[in-house]
Amino acid sequence: MNAASPTQALLLATILFATGLLGVLARRNLLLMLMSIEIMLNAAALAFIAAGARWHAAQGQVMFLMILSLAAAEAAVGLAIILRLHAAGRPTLDADTGNRLKG
Amino acid sequence: MDALLLPLIVFCPLLAAGILFVSTGRMPARPSCVIGAGSVGLSALLAGRLAAGFLAAPPPTGALHVTLWSWMQVEGFSTRIAFALDPLSLVMMLVVTGVGFLILLYAGGYMHDDPDIARFFGCMTLFVAAMLVLVFSSDLLSLYIGWEGVGICSYLLIGFWHTDAANVAAARKAFIVTRIGDAAMLCGLLLLATQAGTLDIAALLHIVATGPAQLLPTTAAFLLLGGAVAKSAQVPLQTWLPDAMAGPTPVSALIHAATMVTAGVYLIARLHPLFMAVPAAMTAVALVGLVTLLLAAGSALVQTDIKRILAYSTMSQIGYMFLALGSGAWQAAIFHLVTHAFFKALLFMAAGAIILRVHHRQDIYQMGGLAPAMPGVFAAFLAGAAALAGLPLLTAGFYSKEMILQGAWHANPLLWAGALLGAFATAIYIFRCVFIVFFGTRHTEPKGHTGATMAIPLACLAILALAGGWMEMPDTIAPVHLLSHLLSPLFGTPMAEGPSWLLWAGSLVPLTGVGVAWLLWRPRTQARTTPEDAIARLARTGWGFDTLYDMLFVRPFITLGRLNQSDICDRLSDATAATARTGGRMLSHMQSGQVRRYAGWIAAGTVVALCLGIRA
Repeated sequence: MNAASPTQALLLATILFATGLLGVLARRNLLLMLMSIEIMLNAAALAFIAAGARWHAAQGQVMFLMILSLAAAEAAVGLAIILRLHAAGRPTLDADTGNRLKG
Repeated sequence: MDALLLPLIVFCPLLAAGILFVSTGRMPARPSCVIGAGSVGLSALLAGRLAAGFLAAPPPTGALHVTLWSWMQVEGFSTRIAFALDPLSLVMMLVVTGVGFLILLYAGGYMHDDPDIARFFGCMTLFVAAMLVLVFSSDLLSLYIGWEGVGICSYLLIGFWHTDAANVAAARKAFIVTRIGDAAMLCGLLLLATQAGTLDIAALLHIVATGPAQLLPTTAAFLLLGGAVAKSAQVPLQTWLPDAMAGPTPVSALIHAATMVTAGVYLIARLHPLFMAVPAAMTAVALVGLVTLLLAAGSALVQTDIKRILAYSTMSQIGYMFLALGSGAWQAAIFHLVTHAFFKALLFMAAGAIILRVHHRQDIYQMGGLAPAMPGVFAAFLAGAAALAGLPLLTAGFYSKEMILQGAWHANPLLWAGALLGAFATAIYIFRCVFIVFFGTRHTEPKGHTGATMAIPLACLAILALAGGWMEMPDTIAPVHLLSHLLSPLFGTPMAEGPSWLLWAGSLVPLTGVGVAWLLWRPRTQARTTPEDAIARLARTGWGFDTLYDMLFVRPFITLGRLNQSDICDRLSDATAATARTGGRMLSHMQSGQVRRYAGWIAAGTVVALCLGIRA
């Protein structure tokens, strides 16, 4: 199997990132926005991997592991916020109503 | 000893001014008069002592120098507060303290029931101190202190009765008009300071005499002339003097007749080598004098207010002094300055005595026939009028005016002819005033009597106005040249006298003028009414200078002010504020609280930043 060239990998990362960004901007559903952010994080991680492969350096993979854990933490916090909102009596996932947050 | 006396002469009135200002409103009238007149009297005594010492044993250098302290010392320029007593400042000192004391004594009687008398005497003594600083200074910068000091005192005293808006307006006018000249003078001083590196008069005149090319004597002379013209109420900055009569009469006598208005003459005489180095400036001085003396004499002919007659006459007489200066007859100018101080102060004080007696009326047509009711005042006024007209032999004004006429003849016979015409008009207008005020039917019954504090100064000045001229006589009459000899170290020997028919002309013209005045305004003639034709109206308003300046300067300035009332300048800063506010309001819409928008902005910003980064 041919190893993907760094250019191709970066192109893929860009497409992934754009998809994620579009998701964040276009979707109103909080859960889907969280998922889009995960996609963006993964795009960044892919860019690190590609760079690590290009220069034969281990740091790229280290950064991937780091981003993986970061993504897990982010998902946990995000989901916790959603649950918290739900508990506070706002049974909706619409992000645009968030600006009426009080207290 | 003398070195101590000189500053003490200035210090006495200054201290009195301090005491009077501090205690104003708390000190009764009598102590105020005593402090005010007494301090100047003390100065006069000290001045007399100093003058006697000076004349008996003149200092070897010709002047007594007293350096008080060094004012400032920077690279390339230093100036000291220093006084010098030379023959010129000696004469001025005696006039300022002597005549000043008599006027302050008179003022004690004139103002005795004024509630603000302490303030009055405070300003008057401060004025005397400032005038003495002006006269004594051997450095132009400290002379300028005195110059501005007399200006501010003049302003304060013209507007002394400040509850009347007209008085305040007159004071403001006097201050602003003289300020125009003062600004010119300051420019001249700065020019001299930068070009010559010193403002010490002796050093400056030495530099002018040795004549390095980089000095700009022409510009400096004309700028200083501007200051002198404004201070001495000469054309074209003469408009303030008639209005300055709004002040109390002793103020008019002291400031606007005897001393301050002659400061311009003193300045030019003091710096005469500078002016002699610039023939154009000399011509300008002579022409300014001639034009002023003729215009002012014409105005004085048709005035109806006794004080305004005297004000225009003052302008006219100072015109004579300028004419003498411009002709190079320095001694004549100083001589006329001295005699004018005597007789004009006398005329003003006699006029003040009349005004008090006739219920504060100043219109001569409302007086009439006052001679039997107040013979003493009549005699004093007549003495002053005779001296002003220059009636031959008997009066001081004759000798000084004669000397000026001689000087003008030497400079240019045309100047002489103009001055002679002015002398003719002078005799007419002042005797018109005499005949209308003291003869004919009485329109106002005088009340009270003139007290001793007012009568004594009148008597002293009347004697001086008649006999004061005997210190200097033409050779044809008697070879007495006391003043010329005194001043000759400064001004050199006076010019030789012209043909003797000049003397005859100078004697006969005033007599003719008196005769004409008698024909026109003797009791029970038709002309004893207010003249009302167009020329008379124009002359009465000072030949329309006020209207002209009103149109040229005052109105445009007021219009500009009115335009700027809505603050065009402020619009600029207002616009900055409005832009910031609008911008802020627009940007605040971004703070919608919607996370997705924020994310969008972040993304857009990142894209823009990346694009810029790539382009760079």
